[in-house]
Amino acid sequence: MTEPSTTLLEGVRLSCMRDDRILFEELDFSLKPGQVLLLEGKNGSGKTSLLRILCGFREPDAGDVRWCGEGISGSQYYADMAYVGHMDGIKKELTVHENLKVSLALSSAGHYSIQQALDKVKLTGYDDALVQSLSAGQKRRLSLARLLITHTIVWILDEPFTSLDKQGIALIESLMVEHCTNGGMIVLTSHHDINLQGVEIQHIPLS
Amino acid sequence: MSLTNAFFAIIRRDLVLALRRRSEIANPLLFFVLVITLFPLGIGAQPQLLSAIAPGIIWVSALLAAMLSLDSLFRSDFDDGSLEQILLSPHPASVLVLGKIIAHWLVTGLPLLIIAPLLAIFLGLPSQSIGILLLTLLLGTPVLSLIGAIGVALTVGLRRGGMILSLLVLPLYVPVLIFASNAVDMAGSGLPIHAQINILIAILLLTLVLAPWPTAAALKMSMS
Repeated sequence: MTEPSTTLLEGVRLSCMRDDRILFEELDFSLKPGQVLLLEGKNGSGKTSLLRILCGFREPDAGDVRWCGEGISGSQYYADMAYVGHMDGIKKELTVHENLKVSLALSSAGHYSIQQALDKVKLTGYDDALVQSLSAGQKRRLSLARLLITHTIVWILDEPFTSLDKQGIALIESLMVEHCTNGGMIVLTSHHDINLQGVEIQHIPLS
Repeated sequence: MSLTNAFFAIIRRDLVLALRRRSEIANPLLFFVLVITLFPLGIGAQPQLLSAIAPGIIWVSALLAAMLSLDSLFRSDFDDGSLEQILLSPHPASVLVLGKIIAHWLVTGLPLLIIAPLLAIFLGLPSQSIGILLLTLLLGTPVLSLIGAIGVALTVGLRRGGMILSLLVLPLYVPVLIFASNAVDMAGSGLPIHAQINILIAILLLTLVLAPWPTAAALKMSMS
């Protein structure tokens, strides 16, 4: 069943502690292409900590994260994943186009060109606008455009719908469905109800 | 996705950012010029004394100017999340970090080099040592950026890392200060300075190769 070549993101008996509090313990999950993993829980229940463990920013206090059967310290995992966190990770003094070009240079080219990605997230014509002149929702859409221009399999999204309006949320949901039908996988946290048609969603409740 | 591409993209990005934020270039340079112009006023009309201590004045000011500019190396990237994205790149973080350090030196170290001859003349440094002063600055200021980067990477996650940063970094700057100002001093008296210059080159090469690794590791630590 578990051939080494299967694309698979696994968490094996993960534990995380913070200031003597146990956030989660013995957490197991496995995520296959086309699936979405939704982390649920109150504020402070360890959702962001788990995402940061999946990004490799934080070591789990016990357990392992495995990508295709191997640890995530290898560069292959980083070539296949992308993360959009609380902070947008875009420079406000650069233009929209310059920001995306830097992201592209740091990773390998993906499905869409910069122009197509901007069309997708409804930022057409903003190429040369400085990011500081964009609204919060537009910045969010720009940071999500990064996912489209680079080659990625795993999307790790921390509250991707923050500061987006209804259309924005629907737009990102449709992009997420498209990503999953193309064999991608998504790990996300969200306070909003998500509506992804035809996509298998696993829930992990954290308490 | 080639590493060279990513490396130059980072340098270009930081240079563009510096140009749009100007104060980042102007601050250390202004500090450098101000400190050096204050010395003659403080010492009074003693041109001999001034020209004797000129190498030391210029080098101490350059060192403090470099220290002052260090915080800007990773601060804004840390605050807006760009640093996370850089560290998540499949490319080795140490190479990308080296790109950032080089851009930082081009913005904060190189201007000191350009203005230094003027200030040297102003302090009455003997003309035969001006060339050597430039050479030591060329070899020494990149070392200040490289060593400083390790310190900033360790303290960028702390809210008030300024004091710790100086305590961490200043002792490591001392060898550069000693050999560089000594070389300028001796060149003024017409003595050979091969030893000092060779040691400065050795320090530069050593830090160029070794400093990016602990810097990248420390940045990863600051992220968690």
